[in-house]
Amino acid sequence: MTVDAALAIVGAGPAGLTAAIYAGRAGLAPVVIERQLAGGQMGLTFLIENFPGFPEGMAGVDLAERIRQQAERFGAQFRMAHAQRIHLDAQGVELHLDSGTLRARALIIATGARWRPLGVPGEKEYVSRGVSYCATCDGPLYRGKPIAVVGGSDHALEEALFLARYAERVYLIHRRDQLRAAKVLQQEALANEKIQVMWNRVVTEIVGADGVVRALKLRDVVTGETSTLEVPGVFVCVGTDPVSELAAGVVELDEKGFIVVDECLRTSAPGVFAAGDVRAGAWPQVITAAADGALAARSAERYLQGLTP
Amino acid sequence: MAEVAALTEASFEQEVLKSDLPVLVDFWAPWCGPCRAVSPVVEKVAAAFAGKLKTVKVNVDEASGLAGKYGIRSIPSLLIFRGGEVIESSVGFLPEAELTKRVEKVIGKP
Repeated sequence: MTVDAALAIVGAGPAGLTAAIYAGRAGLAPVVIERQLAGGQMGLTFLIENFPGFPEGMAGVDLAERIRQQAERFGAQFRMAHAQRIHLDAQGVELHLDSGTLRARALIIATGARWRPLGVPGEKEYVSRGVSYCATCDGPLYRGKPIAVVGGSDHALEEALFLARYAERVYLIHRRDQLRAAKVLQQEALANEKIQVMWNRVVTEIVGADGVVRALKLRDVVTGETSTLEVPGVFVCVGTDPVSELAAGVVELDEKGFIVVDECLRTSAPGVFAAGDVRAGAWPQVITAAADGALAARSAERYLQGLTP
Repeated sequence: MAEVAALTEASFEQEVLKSDLPVLVDFWAPWCGPCRAVSPVVEKVAAAFAGKLKTVKVNVDEASGLAGKYGIRSIPSLLIFRGGEVIESSVGFLPEAELTKRVEKVIGKP
């Protein structure tokens, strides 16, 4: 059986790209499969200020491109395709792509996470027509307008604070009577006069007209009272879900769909490793995803040499 | 690759709505990462369809009126106009093959 690559890596976020650097330097000439845009969620982050070595911060899209070039320099190949199915056999891994198949002896799954939808009527219809999951992508389009943010996490507050730079007013809709975000973010958000927190409120429907969002229907979870909030857009920040459809049925997932790994990032299937936000227990940071990539590449290399990590 | 002309609100009517050729309009902004990733894709497609399709870009920070008029709430937004009407639209990063497919759908092969 011929193989196309010793190692295949699915996903070109910080985990997959860093795995490609390390695997490339180990002489594995990895093939990286990416369905969209190198960088993953990092590529959608306006400015990354906590990645060591860039005191002024760096645009996520630029950091992604730099890491991609670095991987390419060490022999990684990139293929734009959607990996749809994994088949494991004695020779290794067969990846079924939307454009053919790819055979490899080992695989790193680094497919990341995606924003979780609210799951209310109107949400799907108005995605990118007022419903957004990324303030740094779409926020400045709401300059001078009111806008809503749903959620109470660090991420929700970061998005609200970013939006407050542009929007006339930011309504932060939170289903409880307290925020779970870090104290420093809470203080900053509560002190920002543009941000108005709407406590104990859930969105029950996103209402649009002429193809764009016009208002949100809200319900007070304590009093049961319903109301309408007129806004031209809403940013949904209620967490993320793993992108693990590819791995389902092939390796063990936890109850939330994250890939279960050991301390060497081995999954339940020999020769298959997982790195970054898709694995159980990950912290969704560029640096920890990158660290995962390095470790998964090392484990894959050891596996291919017939060694235990 | 082709140079993609930047339009303003003032030139939009003449260059897009009154154009004889169909027009692909790339709504973008300097702060938008995916916009920067999609712009070389747009340039390649513009070159491939040269003579059959006109391609222009609109900075939504400078032309917020146009963004409002066409309901642009996420960027990059790629709209194709023919005879002053929007006949195709997409939002977000698109690989070259996908954008080519969408252009072909409305104007045929290059």
